[in-house]
Amino acid sequence: MKKQLVIAVTALNAIDSPGPGVAVIRAIRECADFSVRIIGLSYEALEPGLYMHDLVDKTYQIPYPSGGTDSLMNRLEYIHEEEKLDLIIPNFDAELFSFIKLRDKLKGMGISTFLPDLNQFEARDKIKLYDFGQKNGFLVPKDRVIYELRELKNMEEDLEYPIVVKGKFYDAVIARNFDQVEKAYYKIMSKWGLPIIIQDFIKGTEINIAALGDGEGNTISVIPMRKLYITDKGKAWAGITLDDEKMIALARKFVEKTKWRGGCELEVMLTDDGKPYIMEVNPRFPAWIYLTAAAGQNQPASLVKMAMGEKVAPFASYEIGKIFIRYAWDLITDIKEFQTISGNGEL
Amino acid sequence: MFKKIINMRIRKNIATSDEGFLFNPTTGDSFSTNAIGSEIINLLKLDKSPVEITEDICDRYDVDKILFERDLEDFTSLLKEYSILE
Repeated sequence: MKKQLVIAVTALNAIDSPGPGVAVIRAIRECADFSVRIIGLSYEALEPGLYMHDLVDKTYQIPYPSGGTDSLMNRLEYIHEEEKLDLIIPNFDAELFSFIKLRDKLKGMGISTFLPDLNQFEARDKIKLYDFGQKNGFLVPKDRVIYELRELKNMEEDLEYPIVVKGKFYDAVIARNFDQVEKAYYKIMSKWGLPIIIQDFIKGTEINIAALGDGEGNTISVIPMRKLYITDKGKAWAGITLDDEKMIALARKFVEKTKWRGGCELEVMLTDDGKPYIMEVNPRFPAWIYLTAAAGQNQPASLVKMAMGEKVAPFASYEIGKIFIRYAWDLITDIKEFQTISGNGEL
Repeated sequence: MFKKIINMRIRKNIATSDEGFLFNPTTGDSFSTNAIGSEIINLLKLDKSPVEITEDICDRYDVDKILFERDLEDFTSLLKEYSILE
């Protein structure tokens, strides 16, 4: 009989700019090597994953990262008492810091995680990525980190357009003059706070790479994907797996240099003359992660195995030309369910 | 003719179908050609030279040789531009 694992997963917001949680759960559930009880951890009562009862067995609301690690820990202690968690897979950039900080405490309670350590996590931070690239031999567009508007005004003369204005966690706007830069600065600041990153614009083809590292410098899986259809928020609505040795080598080098533990996504801009610029490194699985399972390298399931102490051999091949097409679906539920999660914080 | 295109070999990893669908797995680009385009692709896959392709097509279809040579050069230039040809 297979052991049943109780796995908590965040980012159940399968919306137009989706979190990866539902895709992670779908991939894990497809693995025949273990059976699972999935515990959803949600921030909002209307995250669609909460109501997908064929994927998520039970959901608990957790406090926002801004509430601090103590309140998160209190909530996790309660959930653990109820569910006896084996593993937590956090999938939001903004919450990862808290979970990394709590890693040892969670381990003490018998809850595994499979996350990068703080140094690894911070090295690839948007505000340090250029320095990281310089130090480790990666092409990264030059950037300037802005903590107040005065700094932006001071550099007005030096800016060359177009230029990219980015938030610390999410959002990026291509600005073609200083007015647009200012507008983007205020818009992103009001949503994600400071600092704001002003990054050189690189023209090329965007390629995304999902990678899984074992924490010892070995890459267990790499799948490069090109977006075939992009939403107005820049998210992939359809994408295809590529056969590109250069991209695979780039991801392997990243995992080796950082000794990355867990899933990550490299956002790469390949210029017309073939130079791969790393635009961002997301420290968690991307929302399109189910494509890795569909292509033959189930990254979420492999992460589960490694988190539970199993040695996983690197995958050797995957299906090239595998396509995902995201779709919208009106999930119908009852007011009682909404009331239960809103009132009790559990569903 | 065909001075510009010296190498007429289709890249090894390009997937082609009998219906004239081409897929470049390195870039993710895909293309559709018409029936004649599909035939030319199949001949290119057999390592046929432009001269051999011209002879083959002109033998089987009622087409002006000079005109076909020009069209073939345009077509292969396009394939080169899209990284289908090496």
